[in-house]
Amino acid sequence: MREILRQLGALGLFGLRIISSLAPQRGSGHDLVRQLYSVGARSIPIVAVGGAFVGLVMSLQGYRTLTTFGASNALGTLLGLSLFRELGPVLAALLFCGRACSSMAAELGLMRTTDQITALEMMAIDPVRKAVVPRFLAGVIAMPILTAVFCAFAIFGGSVQAVWVLGLDPGHYWAALQGSVSLVDDYGQAFVKAAVFGAVLSLIATHAGYHAQPTIEGTSRATTGAVVQGSLMVLFLDFLLSALFY
Amino acid sequence: MKPEIGVGAFILLGFGCALALAFSSTDVRSRLGGASYSVTARFSNLGELRLRAPVKIAGVKIGEVADIRLDPERYDAIVSLRLSADAGALPADSSAAINTAGLLGERYIAISPGGELEVLGDGDEIVLTQSAIVLENLIGKYMFGNGKPGTPDATAPGADSPSTETP
Repeated sequence: MREILRQLGALGLFGLRIISSLAPQRGSGHDLVRQLYSVGARSIPIVAVGGAFVGLVMSLQGYRTLTTFGASNALGTLLGLSLFRELGPVLAALLFCGRACSSMAAELGLMRTTDQITALEMMAIDPVRKAVVPRFLAGVIAMPILTAVFCAFAIFGGSVQAVWVLGLDPGHYWAALQGSVSLVDDYGQAFVKAAVFGAVLSLIATHAGYHAQPTIEGTSRATTGAVVQGSLMVLFLDFLLSALFY
Repeated sequence: MKPEIGVGAFILLGFGCALALAFSSTDVRSRLGGASYSVTARFSNLGELRLRAPVKIAGVKIGEVADIRLDPERYDAIVSLRLSADAGALPADSSAAINTAGLLGERYIAISPGGELEVLGDGDEIVLTQSAIVLENLIGKYMFGNGKPGTPDATAPGADSPSTETP
């Protein structure tokens, strides 16, 4: 219990430290672009493929269940609401956690192990500002974009399955989506959730990496910790945000 | 140079996906859909009518329920309807009824246009209304003999409540 509280406190203080050094400086734009590339752009394949398969399988399963009640025309509603409200942001965040947060934690852990962070401090460069802030910001910016990609692939994957394989009328599918998904309440909230998840995930990952034990074992433990704690935190926060929003 | 191009493509792809999603699978079109005006209507019973329920004429959606509140003096419900101006002006003696889509479907408001030359403007009230039909009451009346089962009118809404309520 004490350990959990200590961890939470350290995490909060680290977050404050990141926020206090958010102000842009020379060269920080370039660092941010490089992080966005490695954290965001290179996560596109896994997120797109993941989204497409989630859409396919939800369409299939939803159709099986809904036809029992003769309500297969509500497939678009089922898919749209569950994707935008829960599955889109959460699954994109879990994929992001495994794909990007692990590498963030490992990079920072290795920088700690090889004394690069100390070297930055010796040169009077704030290591948080130079190494941590770009990663954090990249996470916050990349997560909503990845969520949009995930949802788009899931919705279009679902429509392919529904229309071509199951023989549903495309008009019904899209009309059900447009009739039931609210732009602000459902669609907008997905991006709010995604930004929150992005911030929390990259905070956890950078914290774990930055404070890793300066050994090989410490780096691997930090990477594992970042993924495990990040995934749990996403699921917990999703429950909290859903209870708040809906 | 490579990361810059990659990030640019990434952000473009993200915005493209977000826009495509917004237009293909949310109600953005009905929100952008031009000018609208609102009218009110009083009902003595809303049944399961909810916010954002559709308002239809001849089965075509022309607006939605924007607000529902209770009149604290008369204990009836005041419903604000946001109607699209594209649907054309409604005659002032149009009537509104709360219908059900299918036997167990969602409630919606059906408007039957009247014949008067005057039209409903922003903030006007639809005077002729018909409340929701509560299925349990109907069944109760039918079973316990209030609604003479011999006549073809036995299950009509008129047996439950007066079909038009005077304001």
